[in-house]
Amino acid sequence: MVLHQKERARQAKGLDGRHQEPLLNLSRRSFIAGAGALVIGLTLRGGAATADSTAGGLRNVAGGDATPSLWIAIEQDGTVRITCHRSDMGQQAWTSMAQLVADELEADWDRVTIVQAEGHPRYGDQNTDGSRSVRYNFTRLRYAGAAMRHMLEVAAARHWGVAAEQCRGVHHTVVHEASGRRIGYGEIASAAAALSVPSQEAVKLKDRSNWRLIGKAVPSLTVPKIIRGEGTFGIDVQLPEMLHAVIARPPQVFGSVKTVDESATLQVPGVVRTVRLNSPQAPAAFKALGGVAVIARDTWSAIRGREALKVTWNPGPHADYESATFAQTLLQTANQPGAVRRTRGDVAAAFEQAAQRLSADYYVPHLAQSPIEPPAATARWDGAKVECWGGVQDPQAARRAVAQACGVNEDDVTMHVTWLGGAFGRKSKPDFVVEAALLAREVGQPIKVTWTREDDLRHGYYHSVSAQHLEGTLDANGRCTAFLHRTVFPPIPSTFRAGLETPSWGELRLGASDNPFAVPNLRLETGNAPAKLRIGWLRSVANIYHAFAIQSFAAELAAAAGRDPKDYLLELIGPPRLIDPRDEGVEEYDNYGSPLAEYPIDTGRMRHVIDIVAKMAGWGRKLPKGRGLGIAMHRSFVTYVATVVEVEVSQDGKLAIPAVWSAIDAGTVVNRRHVEAQVEGGTLYGLSNALYGEITAKQGAVVQGNFPDWRLMRIHEAPREFTVHIVESDAPPGGVGEPPTPPAAPALTNAIFAASGRRIRRLPIFGTDGRDRLASPTQAS
Amino acid sequence: MAITMTVNGVKQPVEVTPGTPLLWVLRDHLGLTGTKFGCGVAQCGACTVHVNGLPRRACVTPIEAVANGEVTTIEGVSGPEADAIRNAWQAIDVPQCGYCQSGQIMSAIALLQAKPTPSDDDIDLAMNGNLCRCATYMRIRRAIKTAAKEIKS
Repeated sequence: MVLHQKERARQAKGLDGRHQEPLLNLSRRSFIAGAGALVIGLTLRGGAATADSTAGGLRNVAGGDATPSLWIAIEQDGTVRITCHRSDMGQQAWTSMAQLVADELEADWDRVTIVQAEGHPRYGDQNTDGSRSVRYNFTRLRYAGAAMRHMLEVAAARHWGVAAEQCRGVHHTVVHEASGRRIGYGEIASAAAALSVPSQEAVKLKDRSNWRLIGKAVPSLTVPKIIRGEGTFGIDVQLPEMLHAVIARPPQVFGSVKTVDESATLQVPGVVRTVRLNSPQAPAAFKALGGVAVIARDTWSAIRGREALKVTWNPGPHADYESATFAQTLLQTANQPGAVRRTRGDVAAAFEQAAQRLSADYYVPHLAQSPIEPPAATARWDGAKVECWGGVQDPQAARRAVAQACGVNEDDVTMHVTWLGGAFGRKSKPDFVVEAALLAREVGQPIKVTWTREDDLRHGYYHSVSAQHLEGTLDANGRCTAFLHRTVFPPIPSTFRAGLETPSWGELRLGASDNPFAVPNLRLETGNAPAKLRIGWLRSVANIYHAFAIQSFAAELAAAAGRDPKDYLLELIGPPRLIDPRDEGVEEYDNYGSPLAEYPIDTGRMRHVIDIVAKMAGWGRKLPKGRGLGIAMHRSFVTYVATVVEVEVSQDGKLAIPAVWSAIDAGTVVNRRHVEAQVEGGTLYGLSNALYGEITAKQGAVVQGNFPDWRLMRIHEAPREFTVHIVESDAPPGGVGEPPTPPAAPALTNAIFAASGRRIRRLPIFGTDGRDRLASPTQAS
Repeated sequence: MAITMTVNGVKQPVEVTPGTPLLWVLRDHLGLTGTKFGCGVAQCGACTVHVNGLPRRACVTPIEAVANGEVTTIEGVSGPEADAIRNAWQAIDVPQCGYCQSGQIMSAIALLQAKPTPSDDDIDLAMNGNLCRCATYMRIRRAIKTAAKEIKS
């Protein structure tokens, strides 16, 4: 069976043994099926009779099921296969998840290989977003590894007829120290497979002082393949008899095909046929967008076939959407009293008594996640069941969406997870998998749907556009006495329930309802805004605009008070203490899915990262004319990041970013090297968006189509110096992939203010339509 | 249209529609998926290959243009620069998601072949056609300089 599976995977790739490790088809299920033939030592559910009946003890470890068989397979030759149920999109999920298991298992890292899990509820949460892979799995995956080691020790003890307590699993070997006897994990694995799974109490986790992998700079498990062009991304999947699809989608969301003339398309060499796809009813959810699919023998023919299509469209209900006028509407709403969502003291009274009163409006446009791998998925329909491949962040959601669209049971949908060529939230929305499944069913042959860059930018789930109004007052000593934050944006829940216009608690907790400022009077208000595009998650989500407004306004207050912005930010944050927003009228605060007791909002940790980054950057040093430093701090995904950006602004408005410093307190860190990489990448993601990122719509259709219109930071624009400091901490692990992004934009614009006196309140700094706000100070706000 | 082309040292015939970009011949016809699609308009560099030793964007290179040329892809690139670049890429874990990295590596190898000791400015100039949304740019600079040192020593 195993050989059969490998053969099938090999064929599926259309390769000739180029990949030693079949990434695609070695699914959990097929692997289990093969257990009897070659793979010995699996204590798999369904494999060994003991597993299911006795595994209760590890079913409910913090974070979920820690039953070793779910996560680990040890082959006779000692190869340890670790199942990664999270999607690897560059945050190194393969490596970090395996580190947790292998450290406790005492496995030899060089003998660890990864099995990518397909989408299945048996793994618990697989939704690889929200910066929670490590956070949610830190405990249970260590238990899985420790329990497996425990079973290997017991098996060896029985084999030798000695007490289990005298046996120790260390470096891939069980050792009986009294007699010096040793047995390799592979040799004893089959005996261990027959044992009962221990209870949680019987399993002892290592003391952190004994960690050999966790917390270390362990090299990536994916990079050795990447540098040879190996490894399979969603767009790389190849199946026998596979056809290729490119889809012409309605320009407006909920638009539909009015007329179609496909005669020229069918003349394009390589084109096989076209397929009409129905447009969805609201809400958009993860449904396919509809349109006309061109099916061809290769991707290029499908692209050419689409170019030859003559389609007219019904525009749908959002053809009135104009970004320019919508921005004005949002700003007007932000300047009117809104719904109060958090309150402390009496802001109105403080406004009356203030010595100085400031207000500012901030605007952040729609953004596109734009991973360099556009969405792509492959599906095979066998008449009753559908098998899908793709780079998806949430394979369980993909399964559900496909099942619903195809009218089959979830159990009849297999969702294989490939590598993700970047995701940033785009691939948590599996509409592209649904398209592949629908087309495979219609055509009766395996189909790969490839999105072009234009498709990605014009038919996305966009980061919400937002306007925010901030007001603050200063007393005669320059101290802030009142702080009003009013935030207005089309909410993400509108994508799942049509017509929702009120910012949700789930979005407010992203940097607004948990504002840490120790001002005596504070109020958070919201205003409504309708969604005219599909709104969705983008790396760090609403934290982007909330941090931009709050951290910018903090610096504006400092300037009004004539104070140093770093010192003033510390004063606003106030003394070290714990905050619970629910004490001040916040009805829902879920703390990113982590309990507040374990992961409090700790202003002491905020102050700490600010102090560290200020020292790193040499805050307060004298800078040449045209240079400036900007600072921002933001807590998100229960992690604290402070960033200092240095800019150089020339007389003619040219901007350079020579250096960035960042301090992160993410609690316990599993892989220092990859946390550093995420801080670098997450920060530049934020800087790139702040500099250039803007998606606009005209008549309801997105304007930007490819990289000339949608601009990303390039290497010559990246800082020459970037220093990361990771705070040493025993606190439980926080998120890492997203928290570096929110402080990046305000640190940048605060630096521009320091360098030039120009305050940027509207992003992006450089529009793709030729606007250059630095060169034109009159447009500064 | 039948065309004979040399890819990674192997001469082979392919049957494709005239004008098909090299990228799709590599990916869809030859199964060499290491060369990536990112934009289709030579703006992102994910499709970078070597044609007769020079970096080219495969997404805008019609197949006819390489009919008599030597095409080298990430799967087949070799030599001292390739070895040094791969070593450096691995030693400091340059890639995050890895999707753009085939193109980054092909551009970096070509840079070292042309300029054995590149400065930061040289690197920025040679590499600015390769986008990386994960923003691994600082590590790319470091790795190219590390590789340059390795070749020299």
